[in-house]
Amino acid sequence: MITLKGLTKRFGDVSAVSELSFEVQPREVVGFLGPNGAGKTTTLRMLAGFLAPTSGTAELAGFDVRRDSLEVRRRIGYLPENNPLYEEMDAGEYLEWIADVRGLSGPARSARIRSGVEACGLGEAVAKPIGLLSKGFRQRLGLAAAMLHDPDILLLDEPTSGLDPNKTREVRDLILRLKEAKTVLISTHILPEVEAVCDRAVILHKGRLAAVGAPRELLRQAGGAARVRLCLKPGSEPGGIGAARAVLEAEAGASGVEAVDAREQWEFTLEFAPDAAAPADPREALFRLSVGRGWTLLELRRLEATFESVFRELTL
Amino acid sequence: MNARASYLRTKALYLRELRGYFDTPAAYVVAIVNLLLSGYLFASPLFLQNRAVLDSFTSAAPLLFLFFIPAVTMRLYSEELKSGTYELLATLPVLDEEILAAKYLAALTVFTFMLAGTLLYPVTLFALGRPDWGAAAGAYAGLWLTGACLAAIGVWASSLTRNQVVAFIIAFLIGFVLFAAGKVHDFMPPGAAALADFLGFDSHLNRLARGVLDTRDLAYYASVAGYFLYLAALDARTRRLTP
Repeated sequence: MITLKGLTKRFGDVSAVSELSFEVQPREVVGFLGPNGAGKTTTLRMLAGFLAPTSGTAELAGFDVRRDSLEVRRRIGYLPENNPLYEEMDAGEYLEWIADVRGLSGPARSARIRSGVEACGLGEAVAKPIGLLSKGFRQRLGLAAAMLHDPDILLLDEPTSGLDPNKTREVRDLILRLKEAKTVLISTHILPEVEAVCDRAVILHKGRLAAVGAPRELLRQAGGAARVRLCLKPGSEPGGIGAARAVLEAEAGASGVEAVDAREQWEFTLEFAPDAAAPADPREALFRLSVGRGWTLLELRRLEATFESVFRELTL
Repeated sequence: MNARASYLRTKALYLRELRGYFDTPAAYVVAIVNLLLSGYLFASPLFLQNRAVLDSFTSAAPLLFLFFIPAVTMRLYSEELKSGTYELLATLPVLDEEILAAKYLAALTVFTFMLAGTLLYPVTLFALGRPDWGAAAGAYAGLWLTGACLAAIGVWASSLTRNQVVAFIIAFLIGFVLFAAGKVHDFMPPGAAALADFLGFDSHLNRLARGVLDTRDLAYYASVAGYFLYLAALDARTRRLTP
């Protein structure tokens, strides 16, 4: 549905996006990740027809962004970064205006507007000037406008940026509902969002492709260090938390130990480098060590590698 | 791309542009100041010299337009480039030329209202004296065409920058060159004087204000407006290449 081949954008001497190639299948939700300035927005702008690529091609729904820009724009819904809107219009008027510009008319026009208002929960905002709407409503209005003509492809540039957790959730649920019918490319740097919503993630770093794959798959590939959390009752070691930490460092075979005195418990995070010397599961040895020292063990748990750590590894 | 769909799109774009004007006080302020100043220009020969003529208005009005028209046009692109709504507009399935046409026509509409407001004064003249109505009609046609040229310059200037003040200054300067070119022929060698006369507003406006309708003058206005609209259209195209 979306195909990028060697897509490149240079601004003067600066390469914003270089040689980017990937595909998005029909009805797939793909998360587009990367640190600020990685080239996500530039890429989406090229796909939406706002910027022409320096070289390479991109096709959406079979149309080339450069040759058939108008056809592409007709078939996509695009939510630009920061969701610009005409502040002086009422929300309802704005949707009507989008419908007019997109050439909707008659019963289809009013039906689309009504379903947009409903799907995005805009009911109470319709008669208000956009300038007075809360950020949550603005974002939902932007989404409603992007989806007004029922496009097959949605390009969303940070649809949840600046929203509180509840509103983020609402937008996320909205995108999940779209999933059955639409192809979605959604840029974000909120990682839990990607794990919650996306079938696949495309990670961009300095304008280049750093990784592509399902979030779980990326996690598995990244592997990385095993980490274990260990909590002890305060006073377990007569010498204090520092002494307990020294014991762990000396005897557990960990490559790094972090210690936090959380008053009701001592918390340790142990990191084990993935080399041959360390045992596959360090928890057993840690249990024996604690028993041997006479420590009161409150918690012993293996920490899952997080998507965040994968992201950090790829983009630092 | 059929013509009717294009017409409907452009109409929707145009109505939004027009709304943009009437929702903010700027257009009203400009229109009222224009009305006051041109009222003074009318009234001074009427009361001081006791003559019922439009001359002082027709000769000074272009100078007023040099200020007022860039003030009307400066926001057209600049405001949208600054607030980011231009990205919204440019990613809708509309041609850049349709956007340009909508913006230009909206500015022209506001200007036409401004000029129509001053009709109050010639109407007064007709009530008080016996001015040449052919000359008055010609003068108004000439003023409108001059304004249409300045509006085209203003739209182009606005498409160059996200800063409205810069857009205003560029439009003012170019307009001023055309305005001044019509005034300098006394100080120039004959060849250059003819060229300056042709480029400047004055010679064309004066012929129209005498009630002489010459296609060469109409061609002049059409070419100036057309040239700057063409530049603005080119500009929108290159903007897709570099933001």
